[in-house]
Amino acid sequence: MKTLIRGGRLVDPKNSIDGRYDVLVDGPVVKEVSKSIRKVDDDTRIIDASKRIVAPGLIDVHCHLREPGFEYKETIRTGTTAATRGGFTTVVCMANTNPVNDSRSVTEFIVDKARAEGVCKVLPCGAVTRGLRSEELSEIGEMFEAGIVAISDDGRSVRAAGLLRKALEYAKIFKLPVISHCEDETLSGGCVHEGRASLLSGLDGIPAIAEELIAGRDIAVARYVDAPLHLTHISTAGSVEIIERAKRTFRKITCDTCPHYFTLTDEATLTYDTNTKVNPPLRSQDDVNAIKEGLRKGTIDIIATDHAPHEFTSKDVEFDLATFGISGFETALALSLGLVREDILDLKGLLMKMTANPAKLLGLEAGVISEGAPADIIVFDPDMEWTVDRKSFASKGKNTPFHGMTLRGRNLFTMVDGKIVYNEL
Amino acid sequence: MNWKRKDLLGIRDLSKEEMLFILDTAESFKDISKREIKKVPTLRGKTVITLFYEPSTRTRTSFEIAAKRLSADTINISSSTSSSTKGESLKDTARNLESMRPDAIVIRHGMPGAPHMLAGILDSSIINGGDGAHEHPTQALLDLFTMRDKKGRIDGLKVVIVGDIAHSRVARSNIFSLKSFGNDVICCGPPTMIPPHIETLGVKVEYDLKRAVRKADVIMMLRIQKERGGTTYIPSTKEYSTLYGLGREHVESAADDVIIMHPGPMNRGIEISDEVADGPSSVILDQVENGVAVRMAVLYLLIGGEA
Repeated sequence: MKTLIRGGRLVDPKNSIDGRYDVLVDGPVVKEVSKSIRKVDDDTRIIDASKRIVAPGLIDVHCHLREPGFEYKETIRTGTTAATRGGFTTVVCMANTNPVNDSRSVTEFIVDKARAEGVCKVLPCGAVTRGLRSEELSEIGEMFEAGIVAISDDGRSVRAAGLLRKALEYAKIFKLPVISHCEDETLSGGCVHEGRASLLSGLDGIPAIAEELIAGRDIAVARYVDAPLHLTHISTAGSVEIIERAKRTFRKITCDTCPHYFTLTDEATLTYDTNTKVNPPLRSQDDVNAIKEGLRKGTIDIIATDHAPHEFTSKDVEFDLATFGISGFETALALSLGLVREDILDLKGLLMKMTANPAKLLGLEAGVISEGAPADIIVFDPDMEWTVDRKSFASKGKNTPFHGMTLRGRNLFTMVDGKIVYNEL
Repeated sequence: MNWKRKDLLGIRDLSKEEMLFILDTAESFKDISKREIKKVPTLRGKTVITLFYEPSTRTRTSFEIAAKRLSADTINISSSTSSSTKGESLKDTARNLESMRPDAIVIRHGMPGAPHMLAGILDSSIINGGDGAHEHPTQALLDLFTMRDKKGRIDGLKVVIVGDIAHSRVARSNIFSLKSFGNDVICCGPPTMIPPHIETLGVKVEYDLKRAVRKADVIMMLRIQKERGGTTYIPSTKEYSTLYGLGREHVESAADDVIIMHPGPMNRGIEISDEVADGPSSVILDQVENGVAVRMAVLYLLIGGEA
């Protein structure tokens, strides 16, 4: 069966397209993209996208689907449902499940489960080290055969630089990107950004240098062994500066940030709302400005969600005891569109960081709407206003600091491999 | 003025007028403690629970005496007798206590924001009796009361706070109150115990105790917070006492009428010498005495309204 997405403004950054186009989908792939497609079969489903944006499905290089082991926080089914509502058609799930995704069998479990229950494409990220313990490498080759697309010990850094070096070298066999969570645990240990807000709240701080030291260290190691390195959820001005400098002479560095790091500051933690507790922490206004500038200048390549769903009880406690993380799938697009309204990025530039750039990092044939490409397509309204209601989230994780806020921009239609998985048009 | 607050969570929330109103109210309660019959019926029929998750002698006793002198019924719950040891969450404990219809809950907790969490879910008045390294509002109020009593004013004073500023809720609450009345506040201690960005609160930082206390009107000593890892911020308490222990020579270089304060408990021989603690400039026991009057005022203002 064919589907015609008609009359929308197609923004496809990979093909440098921004204009009124019709998109014809045949089965799982894009059949035709042209100014006006008039002749259609009788049974072709017509999707009216006029006054909307048509774009490649978003790709998230960093999320937590919590399965196996933490099904009370999220499952592959609920997580991917939330993802597709938010406009994501491909997501990379981190390895900090239980058991940790550090072996072929766990990777296979995730891949099988995603095939059976996933609403969008799920690409697992394997652990760099066994059990995320920073002691020995996990069986990266076996996980690669089972389908991982990257390796990361996300949630912590690989503690010893020597071990990180081995991982970066070893991952070359499979051309797997290594994704670094940057945190020096001898300097962190707190639960909010160390700054004026932590001084006022009395909450223990995590200084910016805890991130920056490891960013600098990991870049130095990657450069030395000439291996690609991706730094994830970058949150500080210092990190942006370090990455910008490194990129001038070493091209294999990429990085991402998340919507909360360019939307909220550490001031949000002053109410002790545990939904503002996230790692890395919400930073100062100067950091937020630097993150925006990094996005504008291209220092920051990708916007990821770090979707980190948690059960209510783990957030319904004292701030010190609460879990870290924000449920991000269902607010990411609207928050990111704020960058367009603030004139930091144009729509094409923004979507580049949410489609083509993540595809490039992961080596995927996705994030583009071309003839023959997988039909992963979204239709969204960049101006529609809506009020965030966590109770209406498809994700099990209702942990959002944006509850009750009115946001602009909403995804209305998601197609994965030619199949409509979400339609509010 | 009309008192409108349900809770007392921190000094930073309070206006100057509100602080003065509490001090003036406390003034009127101070005499009650000096009478032969130390009791008035003001809060008869009211119930005050003190819920203490950290050890305390002074604050808990002071609140209890304050409540009793106003004829309120008081119940003390400390962490060893509460359900927290059985795994009950703070919110559940608080909700259960609320079901027994107390009028006020005084909470002390090791984690910042714990009183704010309760204030958000309970109808009872919540009084912050100290939350982690955040605030200890009644301590700052009784300090302010003592300064006004001894110095005749609470503005334009040079106040030096000495010790572990980073981990001290007493320091934070005092900085907020003293700065809103326009005092010069100097924080003195080893840099490891001075939190970053403290200058943004309008205080000065001085690492040298001798320089810090020169011509000081008020010297407020803090103890090392062993329970918050305070001892890892210095090589040894012995070295700390040589650098930051307050001795007679410091008092002599301060203003003639300097007062020496300490929120307690004191570690004699570490942050303060016996000579100073027991000397003529010390107002440490006055602070404790004034604490009762200030807490009577706070209880009265928060829950005495419709009586």
